[in-house]
Amino acid sequence: MLQALEGSQAVAQAVALCRPQVIAAYPITPQTHIVENISKLVADGQLHCEFVSVESEFSAASVVLGAALAGSRAYTATSSQGIILMAEVLFNISGMRVPIVMTCANRAISSPLSIWNDQQDSMSVRDAGWIQLYCADNQEAVDSTIQAYRIAERTELPVMVCMDGFTLTHTLEGIDIPTQKQVDKYLPPYQFSRTLDPRHPITLGTLVSPDFYTEARHSHHQALLNAQAEIVAADQEWFTLSGRRSGGLLTVEGPEQAKVAILSIGSVIGTLRSALEEIPPAQPVKLIKLRSFRPFPADMLRAACQNLDDVIVLERALSPGSGGIVGVEVLSALAELPNPPRVHSFAAGLGGRDIPLEILPRLLKVLSEPTDHRFRLIDLELEKLPIEDR
Amino acid sequence: MIEIRVHGRGGQGNVVAAYLLAMAAFEENRYGQAFPNFGAERRGAPVMAFVRIANKPIQRRNQVLTPAFLIIQDQALLQVPGVMDGLLPEGKILVNSSLSSSVLANKLGRDVISLPAAALAKQILGRPVPNTALLAAFFTLSGILSLESLAKVLSKRFKGPVLEKNLLLIEQAAKEVPANVWQTVQEEKHVTSA
Repeated sequence: MLQALEGSQAVAQAVALCRPQVIAAYPITPQTHIVENISKLVADGQLHCEFVSVESEFSAASVVLGAALAGSRAYTATSSQGIILMAEVLFNISGMRVPIVMTCANRAISSPLSIWNDQQDSMSVRDAGWIQLYCADNQEAVDSTIQAYRIAERTELPVMVCMDGFTLTHTLEGIDIPTQKQVDKYLPPYQFSRTLDPRHPITLGTLVSPDFYTEARHSHHQALLNAQAEIVAADQEWFTLSGRRSGGLLTVEGPEQAKVAILSIGSVIGTLRSALEEIPPAQPVKLIKLRSFRPFPADMLRAACQNLDDVIVLERALSPGSGGIVGVEVLSALAELPNPPRVHSFAAGLGGRDIPLEILPRLLKVLSEPTDHRFRLIDLELEKLPIEDR
Repeated sequence: MIEIRVHGRGGQGNVVAAYLLAMAAFEENRYGQAFPNFGAERRGAPVMAFVRIANKPIQRRNQVLTPAFLIIQDQALLQVPGVMDGLLPEGKILVNSSLSSSVLANKLGRDVISLPAAALAKQILGRPVPNTALLAAFFTLSGILSLESLAKVLSKRFKGPVLEKNLLLIEQAAKEVPANVWQTVQEEKHVTSA
């Protein structure tokens, strides 16, 4: 049913519809009100599950790991410093190939201390072996949460649903909350294939000698690559049931004949859509919405970009000493094309800086400049820095 | 698309006001979007929230930089730098104030309507929370959304005596301002989507 809800409230309802059996979360900042809303549902008897308030995100991740290994459908949410504190356990969860769903309400990492939105937190754990899906709006956050369980349970890989903190989590808008019947049909009860059972003991996450470690890592890598098909199928199946898609691995919008594309990730896509209508560019421009960052859909991206002259990447994170994170991946994937487009890599909106519609002409200005692959923070205000730091 | 910015101080129900506005739009089968500009929240600190109302899905998620309306919950904020920034030339200001509209309009050189919303709220709710009274006045002045929708969304947010007193408050507040005098500002811009 269509309801006017805050993103966090909506995701809490979506999680409840997935019938989780164990939820563990650290209840204080940088937590969002997703778990606060879930704990209310549990306290009010609307959701029957074990809700464990823990003393740190490290524990939250550890509890859901244990719960999932014991055969429960488990959930946690965090953001910012919380995900960094979880990092060690995140690798353990994925290495043991345990299906867990976690929401990351994307927020900046300190220091300097910032509570606001960017995607540095989830990007910092991109190598943790989790599937990472980025949401452009709150409807996608709801639908992707439900899809995430299906993907996780079919691939035996954990899934991180990334939604921009504040920009989505604290925004109230019309959101369609699916019915329990729809979700039950989509997500049947699940039995983890390696549920711990004292009658049939197994060892997980054990010491692996150099003789087998490489093979374990390869198999993890392959599992993520293979998950692409499951991500697409999950979105397609959800479309059949609900009439809505969240954008599979990536989606391309805009005029067919365009030679220029802007690729972005997360909620800035909406602002770019509005900008393209309100500040029409001189030449046609496509918009590429990257939803799956892990696995990185390199083949699909190449297919989407093969006839383009320029791809402008706009992201909300930075790898200090290198530059764009998504930008580098796009450049690397497209380098394999016979006539690769120029890739221009930008970041903006770090630590909650507003990204206005005027970002569009600023991005497109790069096309009239000499070829320059250097990464730039496009909304940097140099005059705020001492000369030696510019 | 109509863009509104709500300014207040921590504890005045600023975010709630913005959410109620968007919820009322939703009640009338329009699209609404509301979000706060979070800062270091503490009681008394200047805060703001943004609202968009449109007849088409709202795509953009940037801050409201050029509002058609400002709803200001504390008259002292009129002197705070940045509060009036970007208000459209024909934009209107609704302010919780004990001063008269004409005094404030002369001072600011803008269209201002004042409402002693905090005093009204103190009298009816027992607490000087100006947000719902201001919303009632805003709906009446602009004609953008109906008071019935406001009553409906209040009943979704509040219960019992708090709800009853708020319903009384919005009825009273609506009588304090002229109806539909701001209607011209709400004309939709001719864009294909919001």
